[in-house]
Amino acid sequence: MKTRFDAIIIGGGILGVSTAYELAKAGMKNVCVLEKHYLASGSTGRCGGGFRQQWSTEANTRLAMDSVARLESIEEELGYKTEFFQGGYLILAHTEEEEKQFAANVEMQRRLGLNVEIVDPEEAGKIVPFLNKDLIRKATWCPKDGHINPFLLTQAYANAARRLGAEIHLWTNVTGIMKKSNTFFIMTENGDNYETPLLFNCAGGYSRTIGDMLNVEIPVDPYRHEILVTEPVERLWDPMVISFSVGLYARQEMSGGVVMGMGDPNEPVGTYVGSSMHFMYEMSKRFTKLFPKLDKLRIVRQWAGLYEMTADAQPILGPIDQIDSFIQACGFSGHGLMLAPAVSQLLAEMTVHGKSSEVIDSLNVKRLYELKDVVKEKSVV
Amino acid sequence: MKIICRCQDVTEEEIIAALRQGATTIDEIRRLVRAGMGSCQGRTCRRLVSQIISRELKTPGSEIYPPTFRPPNRPVSFSLINAELDGHNDNEDDGGKK
Repeated sequence: MKTRFDAIIIGGGILGVSTAYELAKAGMKNVCVLEKHYLASGSTGRCGGGFRQQWSTEANTRLAMDSVARLESIEEELGYKTEFFQGGYLILAHTEEEEKQFAANVEMQRRLGLNVEIVDPEEAGKIVPFLNKDLIRKATWCPKDGHINPFLLTQAYANAARRLGAEIHLWTNVTGIMKKSNTFFIMTENGDNYETPLLFNCAGGYSRTIGDMLNVEIPVDPYRHEILVTEPVERLWDPMVISFSVGLYARQEMSGGVVMGMGDPNEPVGTYVGSSMHFMYEMSKRFTKLFPKLDKLRIVRQWAGLYEMTADAQPILGPIDQIDSFIQACGFSGHGLMLAPAVSQLLAEMTVHGKSSEVIDSLNVKRLYELKDVVKEKSVV
Repeated sequence: MKIICRCQDVTEEEIIAALRQGATTIDEIRRLVRAGMGSCQGRTCRRLVSQIISRELKTPGSEIYPPTFRPPNRPVSFSLINAELDGHNDNEDDGGKK
């Protein structure tokens, strides 16, 4: 088994496999992903599957717009069906404050060229039938947002990366890393030791742990985020619906089930991903408040994953000052799937061709150490 | 053509195709081709999938990584949960017991 590579990526989620693919595509011959379980077994495979371009910060909006542009042709490029579907995103404003914030968001998004509009409750009810229109004042609507199957997108990137010569070592848990002169020595639970001059941290909720192994702080904290799915029913609506006030998002999968999740501000930091009764009760209350007519839908499954949060809810990207050639692609704060297609491409262009990127520079970890010029992303469920 | 997962209409061929892409566990099969994702949550097909993995990968069943079991045990409606929250349980929905 080969253990020496030109680049090693820790984490077999969407960030890890898309980065492997982009590096191989950019001409790097010898790339390997180390994943402790199986592909998408962490946050990627547990997420809601949406992609949106409606953000409150410019950096996130730019990355998301580039990602969607990339996703539009991804099935063709990777030769794999992913259930990519541009059903749109409808974001609900319930309060005056939200109305103001959304108006500012829409103005910024339009300046960047995004096709997004503000609609009244009547129009929102046409886009998403069964919605309790009395609860909303306005909504923002972007028809080019949508959703995708996270397992299939991960597999699509992984298969394509392998075709280009990249390796993916599953069931390979990294337990320690040491850097000597220009080489990272990576120890694993299986007893295999890997060597590489270039290391990527795509470890999602465990990114801080990977940083700790090299004695460098990666300020990412994991929080459990619960989610459930109902049994399949006839087509109800196409978009992802988000309400920050009620605190939920919901979309109907292509297979018919309605997937919904919520954030819980009382969740402590930690990597526990068990399910709770509390969530089922709370989600049920919130969903039926927004969709009173859908209260006969039956829940078939609930689960949880990790939101890997940073202080400003924006990712940590690119190199760090303390250690050369230790590249970060983590801290996506619940939005890795939808930002990965653009981020992985930018990182590959940076590391292989030395091409710099304004967005990547603006999301350097430094901002979080100094907490200077930090603008918090507000559009997070 | 053999249907293995009756809830989601997954065939044996589809499961074997998923194994050829590198899957080795019941959970990976579930995610890639949806076997076990339906209303019965794999009660019927879990064992069959395990047998197919064992046969195709020449691994003893005991060495196949165990699948995750997720709540609720049976499908349950929002109205039933809300009724319980409101303190009464006379809702007509029986949570799928009938």
